[in-house]
Amino acid sequence: MIEEWNKVHVVYVPAMEKQAAASPDWAPGWCRLDSSSIALTFPLPIGPTPASVKTFFFPQPETLLTYTLENNHPDKGLMREPERSRDMQVVLGVRPCDARSVLLNNLPYQEDQFFQANRQRTALVGFSCDQTLSTCFCTRMGGSPLDSEGLDLALSRTEDGFLIEVCSEKGEALVADLELAPAPESDISALAARRNAGGNPSATELDSLKGSELGTLYDAPLWQSLGEACINCGACTFICPTCYCFDIQDEVVRGQGRRIRYWDSCMFPLYSLHTSGHNPRGQKVQRTRNRFLHKLKYFPDRFGPFSCVGCGRCVQDCPVNIDIREVMDDLIHLTAVE
Amino acid sequence: MKDKNHYLPEMATINEVIQETHNIMTFRVTFNDPQVMENFTFQPGQVGQLSSFGTGEATFVINSPPTRKDYLQFSVMRTGEVTSKLHSLSEGDQIGVRAPLGNFFPYEDMKGKDIVFIGGGIGMAPLRPLMLYMLDNRKDYGKITLLYGARSPVDMAFNYELQSWLEREDLETHLTIDAKYEGWQHTVGLIPNVLLDIAPSSENCVAVTCGPPIMIKFTLQALEKLGFKDEQIVTTLEKRMKCGVGICGRCNIGSSYVCMDGPVFTAAQLKELPNEL
Repeated sequence: MIEEWNKVHVVYVPAMEKQAAASPDWAPGWCRLDSSSIALTFPLPIGPTPASVKTFFFPQPETLLTYTLENNHPDKGLMREPERSRDMQVVLGVRPCDARSVLLNNLPYQEDQFFQANRQRTALVGFSCDQTLSTCFCTRMGGSPLDSEGLDLALSRTEDGFLIEVCSEKGEALVADLELAPAPESDISALAARRNAGGNPSATELDSLKGSELGTLYDAPLWQSLGEACINCGACTFICPTCYCFDIQDEVVRGQGRRIRYWDSCMFPLYSLHTSGHNPRGQKVQRTRNRFLHKLKYFPDRFGPFSCVGCGRCVQDCPVNIDIREVMDDLIHLTAVE
Repeated sequence: MKDKNHYLPEMATINEVIQETHNIMTFRVTFNDPQVMENFTFQPGQVGQLSSFGTGEATFVINSPPTRKDYLQFSVMRTGEVTSKLHSLSEGDQIGVRAPLGNFFPYEDMKGKDIVFIGGGIGMAPLRPLMLYMLDNRKDYGKITLLYGARSPVDMAFNYELQSWLEREDLETHLTIDAKYEGWQHTVGLIPNVLLDIAPSSENCVAVTCGPPIMIKFTLQALEKLGFKDEQIVTTLEKRMKCGVGICGRCNIGSSYVCMDGPVFTAAQLKELPNEL
């Protein structure tokens, strides 16, 4: 199956070893299947893949426009549409949490032509999680290890192979020319039973935060200690599948200019610094608070759901062991007391 | 609108450059495509991103009023990389414009009311389109008062039209500078103090103010002393901005994005948001 896809599409699988920052195909953390590679298998870690899938929808850098500074060039004085790849890409080994993150990020990016074009040309082939890590908390965020939401094809392990669920037109196209055996009823009902056993994930205790006053959350005493501990390294924002902020800069090389966007982080003072020197979030504690409140209050206020899928990457990788689950517990406790 | 590249500006030509002060320049631009120019509409208070080749974009208010549509006017104070690059441009140069962005002054709700404009320094720029719009629709509004202050006479932008504003009978203009200056014939004093001296009545009145943060802080206190309620005070904010369409994140105050939900807010609206101005 993978072999067939690899003939016509660009296929990515999770990279297990650390990739160089400038991966040749601009998907750090993922590796491109080589058409000559003999072994079309890949290891899939328990829990989330090392890098999230946001790099496929929101790559960095993404060229927004191009121009020339050459004096005699006919296009001098123009800003032009950039050239873009329209190649279909297939991403293998996507976990349900990451698949959901694409749907959440789609809310602010609804009108963003680049994000939407990347969505169109990307098919996500997911694998449900038979095991989870201690840092996983997707069920708390309204997701499930068996979820197929946001995926084009969802694979679940059965006794003797995989059950493939076709979740979209893109997914249908991927399996159209393959000779696959129809799934036995017993496997389908077994999966449905496992999903039902997980309970209804949509209603969570966290929802109390949505109705609570901004002032209560904003003035919570916990920000002070959290802000002191946080070193504003920004690691959480880069590995987070639902952190989607970006910066735009112009880059000129040998007279050819392009305007590019790349990931930015609200943890950095420069993010909000005015040219006058004034900074609305000049203090560390203000920046730490902004990240958590954006995920748990500002984003839901604007779009409905929380901007977190519970993949736990930030919990795993935070150098000072800040745990967003504890932050949520503290905030819930605080609003319950009020 | 998914097929539109939001980040690609319309190309425009600089037709006129005015050196306002030692560090403020005004650009009058027209879109190269006559169709775009003809169809372009905006409201007083909306902003645009000016785009230079090689250094990028920054946000400025369109400070010509929608009632005078021969050109779009932007006033730029030289402070950083993009503004320095813009200051190096001259007549005939090409510039990218993404506009209009953001919300605008609630001028419909202000109809039939007295209006007090309080502008400090370059903060006069966003007030200008609204004031000129109101002067062009004079009968819809009550008494209009302008208090415009700058550090010194040489820091005062729009010098060439101040005289005509002073002479208008349907506009009460007060000019003030921070400290004594030889040859200055108008008021000397800080804006909040001068405002208390002028003491405009808050009854059926809206105050519209813009200026540096410290001036705004004390002006709000002065307005409160004069009996203005938060709903009667309108201001327009500045933030570091990039995308201009509410995605890139940096201009948020709580769940509001200044580039999209602002830049115009009432003092009452601001009190509902986190104190991150």
